Amino acid sequence: MSFLRTILLVLRKDLVVELRSGEILYTTAFFAVSCVLVFAFGFVREGRDLQDVAPGILWIAIAFSGTLALGRTFERERQSETLRALIVAPVDRPALYLAKLIGVTTLMAAVELLIVPLAALLFDAPLFRHALMTAALLAAGTVGFSAVGTLFAAMLVRARSRDVLLPILLYPLTVPVIIAGVRGTAALLQQPEPDLAIARMWLSLMVSFDVVFITLALWTFEPLMTD
Amino acid sequence: MDFDTLTFTDVTRNFGRRRALNRVSLTCRAGELVALIGPNGAGKSTLLAIAATLLKPSAGRVLYGKHSAADGGAALRARIGLLAHDLFIYPELSAFENLLFFAELHGVAQPRRAAEDALTRANLATRRDDPVASFSRGMRQRLAIERAVVHSPRLLLLDEPFTGLDDDAVRVTSERLRSFRDQGAILLVTTHDLEAIEPLANRAVVLASGRLTPIAASGGLRESYRRAMSAS
Repeated sequence: MSFLRTILLVLRKDLVVELRSGEILYTTAFFAVSCVLVFAFGFVREGRDLQDVAPGILWIAIAFSGTLALGRTFERERQSETLRALIVAPVDRPALYLAKLIGVTTLMAAVELLIVPLAALLFDAPLFRHALMTAALLAAGTVGFSAVGTLFAAMLVRARSRDVLLPILLYPLTVPVIIAGVRGTAALLQQPEPDLAIARMWLSLMVSFDVVFITLALWTFEPLMTD
Repeated sequence: MDFDTLTFTDVTRNFGRRRALNRVSLTCRAGELVALIGPNGAGKSTLLAIAATLLKPSAGRVLYGKHSAADGGAALRARIGLLAHDLFIYPELSAFENLLFFAELHGVAQPRRAAEDALTRANLATRRDDPVASFSRGMRQRLAIERAVVHSPRLLLLDEPFTGLDDDAVRVTSERLRSFRDQGAILLVTTHDLEAIEPLANRAVVLASGRLTPIAASGGLRESYRRAMSAS
């Protein structure tokens, strides 16, 4: 079984299951939208928001809803112990990690399609002024967050207190990604002109983080899953 | 890669301070069904998980022919079929989708054909496209047995294969196990259903408190088991 074929098979299976149940997408999207709305009611006064709050709120909504998605993704594999069936299958185990990573990233991207326009509208933030750069920052940040989260969620799948442990382990390690996302997005929203050089610098930092963590995760996934 | 023996040599497995298996030694050969019996919590599922490469022994070694699990890797896992206490099937997918997914994952040459055949053998062809969540325990068990063997493994590890099955399904499953055994598979089966396994087993071993004791497989398995448990 080729590496790529394994990724496609597991990814297809996960997407079919999600399309049937809608469990992760609906709960994650509902949570993210609620998060943005609550902050909007808190920070917007007479149609004007406090300066620079939009990037922070956007990335908090992404991080919190992403944690929810990560927990549920592996909970589904735990309920019928199907993760063990995947591990005992004759496939490259790092391919399982990548399939899960792509699945979680896809779900988070779907949620971002909803909350980015919502944040732009509620906070009057010009997130689409440099749409490609915004998309690149979101993509790099989401991949970085999911890369660490997928590894920890897989490691904790049999831990009794996994719901508590996941954020405790995840947030300290992903703080650099979230800070880079916030600062990069803030540079894009800067008035009157965006600071594209600063945004690119934060983007490069996030891409470096992604490369380091995906490499480390691919290296450690097999030994972590074997016992 | 292929092998015709499964050998445990002085296998010990600890979970923290608890010792689940204590220097277990056992050899299973091709064309043989070994019944692994014992009380709850004796370590039977742990032994199967080690044989399935899901767990590593704390001490001792497990060989598949001449290969260890580390040597064999994915090629070795392609020759192992596992039915565990949890059934390893996705409740949101249909019976056919589950079988097709695992057939494809195991690199079966004609996965759709293999999945259709497996459905027929599980007597679930009429429920082909129903989600597994709507199945009874017995139907899920039949599906899970076919899921475990969809890739025609050399080593078949079955944890309580008769759970939830009615008399007809027990008979059909027994025939399937006999057929695999006669075709040269190595079967290691844990069960509390001694009447169902007795006609199939070439040998029986009792695992109690992490230690293994061979007993007579024929001529009253239950009585042999009772004597072994009294002695231990």
